[in-house]
Amino acid sequence: MIFLNYFISGISLGSIYAIIALGYTMVYGIAKMLNFAHGDVIMVGGYICFYAVARYGMNPFLGVAVAVVGCTLLGIIVERLAYKPLRQAPSLAVLITAIGMSYFLQNTALLLWSSNPKVFPSIIERGSFKLFDGRLSVSHVTVLTIASCLVIMGVLTLFISKTRLGKAMRACSEDKGAAQLMGINVNATISMTFAIGSGLAAIAGALLCSAYPTLMPTTGSLPGIKAFTAAVFGGIGSVPGAFLGGLMLGVIEIFAKAYISSQLSDAVVFAVLIVVLLVKPSGLLGRNIQEKV
Amino acid sequence: MTRKKTKYVPVPSKSILPERDASRAPVLECINLGITLGGIKAVDNFNLTVGRTEIVGLIGPNGAGKTTVFNLLTKVYQPTTGTILLDGKDTHGMSTIQVNRAGIARTFQNIRLFKNLSVADNVKAAMNNEMHYNMLSAILRLPNYKREEIAAHRRTLKLLSIFDMQGVADVPAGSLPYGAQRRLEIVRALATNPSVLLLDEPAAGMNPSETAELMDSIRKVHEMFQIAIILIEHDMSLVMNICDGICVLNFGQVIAKGTPDEIQSNPAVIEAYLGRRKEEPKS
Amino acid sequence: MTMKRLINLKRAEARKIYLTYAVVIAAYIICQVMSSTGLFSSSMRGMLVPICAYMVMAVSLNLVVGILGELSLGHAGFMSVGAFSGVASAILMQGTITNAPLRLALAMVIAAIFAAIAGFLIGIPVLRLKGDYLAIVTLAFGEIIKSILNNFYLGMDSEGIQISMITDTTRLLKGGRLIIRGPMGISGIQKIATFTAGFVLLMIALMIVFNLVNSRSGRAFMAIRDDRIAAESIGLDITKYKMMAFVMSAAIAGAAGALFAMNYSTIVANKFDFNTSILILVFVVLGGQGNMLGGIIAAAVLTILPEKLREFSEYRMLLYAVVLIVMMLATNNAEVKSFLAGLNPFRRKEAA
Repeated sequence: MIFLNYFISGISLGSIYAIIALGYTMVYGIAKMLNFAHGDVIMVGGYICFYAVARYGMNPFLGVAVAVVGCTLLGIIVERLAYKPLRQAPSLAVLITAIGMSYFLQNTALLLWSSNPKVFPSIIERGSFKLFDGRLSVSHVTVLTIASCLVIMGVLTLFISKTRLGKAMRACSEDKGAAQLMGINVNATISMTFAIGSGLAAIAGALLCSAYPTLMPTTGSLPGIKAFTAAVFGGIGSVPGAFLGGLMLGVIEIFAKAYISSQLSDAVVFAVLIVVLLVKPSGLLGRNIQEKV
Repeated sequence: MTRKKTKYVPVPSKSILPERDASRAPVLECINLGITLGGIKAVDNFNLTVGRTEIVGLIGPNGAGKTTVFNLLTKVYQPTTGTILLDGKDTHGMSTIQVNRAGIARTFQNIRLFKNLSVADNVKAAMNNEMHYNMLSAILRLPNYKREEIAAHRRTLKLLSIFDMQGVADVPAGSLPYGAQRRLEIVRALATNPSVLLLDEPAAGMNPSETAELMDSIRKVHEMFQIAIILIEHDMSLVMNICDGICVLNFGQVIAKGTPDEIQSNPAVIEAYLGRRKEEPKS
Repeated sequence: MTMKRLINLKRAEARKIYLTYAVVIAAYIICQVMSSTGLFSSSMRGMLVPICAYMVMAVSLNLVVGILGELSLGHAGFMSVGAFSGVASAILMQGTITNAPLRLALAMVIAAIFAAIAGFLIGIPVLRLKGDYLAIVTLAFGEIIKSILNNFYLGMDSEGIQISMITDTTRLLKGGRLIIRGPMGISGIQKIATFTAGFVLLMIALMIVFNLVNSRSGRAFMAIRDDRIAAESIGLDITKYKMMAFVMSAAIAGAAGALFAMNYSTIVANKFDFNTSILILVFVVLGGQGNMLGGIIAAAVLTILPEKLREFSEYRMLLYAVVLIVMMLATNNAEVKSFLAGLNPFRRKEAA
């Protein structure tokens, strides 16, 4: 039963990773860049939600909606200012810029909101469902997290396969030049992808802070890196891969904490990333792309 | 260096030319070479035998699979079928690096120079495998470092002089004009001491006088080094003038092989590639 | 023919190398004079060794980022390995080698060896990857090194060296000493690092990197950086040369770590985290990738400046972030680049 408990918390944590990983994977699939600042967008989302709910007394779900809008705007601005001018630049330069952006967001947050941790109010009532005569308890937040992840996955899959914009996104990720010739506005599509990814990050931020209710300017960085690991694990660029990678990483992390050592759990997570990349350099569901000669 | 008079005698099977250098075995043989890329047979059943000092032209319309053949020969792609024999030795399982050490060097269709390195360093980088001093000698500037570096520098200047490029030895390769970049790629390939030199569209983007100059240079290289050269080219005058034999590819298949004269009068080639009237080759 | 003419050090390039040595030597002499005549505040004197260590780190990372063209985001990890192995060995040698400078030198050599081994072990998996993936995996390794050192215990007693992981199970005999104490790190370090040692290490690091760059290995590194496919086509063993650069860089970083650590009485693994890796990357990027002198100057300025502008210290990281972004935009945006190219007379001639 303890095993099942760990498993459920693993899935719950993994669901958050999966939502964050979606942002990484979509942006990588289209812009071929690692948006290192993605984790910090989560943090900003958490703060917006915190202030909306705790300071202005908004309904928690309205608070999340405000955070989504705020992060979407943030994503668009960041993309416009820092990444768009570097479309043709080498990937090293883009990566360094993204790291710079990550630092920028973290330190702006530090100046605005100080380094004191804020206690995040849960977006839903705290409590838990008791199963098997109370031997297994699943908190409301856990249920909400897993449910949100499933809904987001479903909606996003439909969006990508059915809508005009979704098709444009797929076309851009296949071949930007050809997409442009077919009349797709590639720049707008890339910006749109950033916007969607950042909006998802806001939801992830609210869920993350509900599950682990301390909010600091650095809250987003480690989950961000781990979610990136999840995206790579699943095969970066692949939406189902991000989902699968996120869940697996969550479970691995919780099990490592429980059965190996809580201090070494991060090391285990990163070791998993390394092993996966060695065995399957393009991740579990990723496609291997060969450079044209 | 004077050119050895090669004796041509008829060889029946698979060869590109009816006549060839019979005193030695062919330097390169492709037998039933094929590769499937993305479900499409990019090259299929490709057979080619190249004599030790032959210049072979590989022509065909865009997308015919010419560069893919080069990529197979240099193991950028591993062939799905067939065999490549270099000096009679199977290159199966070799990497690009090993094939180069075994004697195949190439240039690229879209120039791939080490842009930030000087012209001389581009050439010296290609001599890496014949230099033997280790890292410690380099850091401490030991005598064997100095000796080998001096030798490499002399050889670099000599190679550059083929194309009259000694003067720009210290200029960054990326700042050279286009034509000079193409020539530098050839020098770099030669610096690895190849027995087969693959030139991928060496005259692309050159004007007629530059092309004529290039033609002379290729001849000169051939005379000096006595090596086999395979070249992909769209410039028919260059191909017809310089090549001993020509191989025509279309849709990954060889549609004709022979001497320039034979190719020019081959109806299948005219049909598929040169257009209906042979006086006006379509480019 | 003189060696200089033969070995194709382009004159400008050679000048740059001599200039770098000259600047470092001049800076050393000036600092020595100022510090012996009491012109330096005690805080400034205390910063001399860390500045040297960061300069060496900048040179070390520049070998990977600027010369080899791969991004390492875990360089602090090598510094950390060097710091811990160096300090631990210095403590172990305390009884046998009483000459402090000699002990420091030996500790730095041992640190370099340990860091090189770490670099090699990490390099085996990492260097099979490319670009972004390689960068992320170096980050992962940096974090793994930090986690491991945070859970590592090493003690010494009459029976020899005892080690354990996660919890302290070394059970040292009486008179034994627990040297590395997990998250508490090492304390009670003898501060034997000196400014002169830092200067010597920097000169050695520069000599290694410059001489390597102007050798067949260095040409191979840069060829791989400029065009991997072309490098393969001329028979360069990509993995071997990447490994060489990586291990050499790790070794230099390890020595710098030992130097750095022996300037403090206590050292913990968390000091060498991702932020430190990024800080070193900022030195390299700000100084210009591949430009050793630039990286050295950036390291000095960015270490001294925050101390001098204490009231603005909370803006320091924000400033770093802006510096990174602006530098990247300025050097990689096509419009800005063509603007700069227009100012360059050589390029204009070519276009005409």
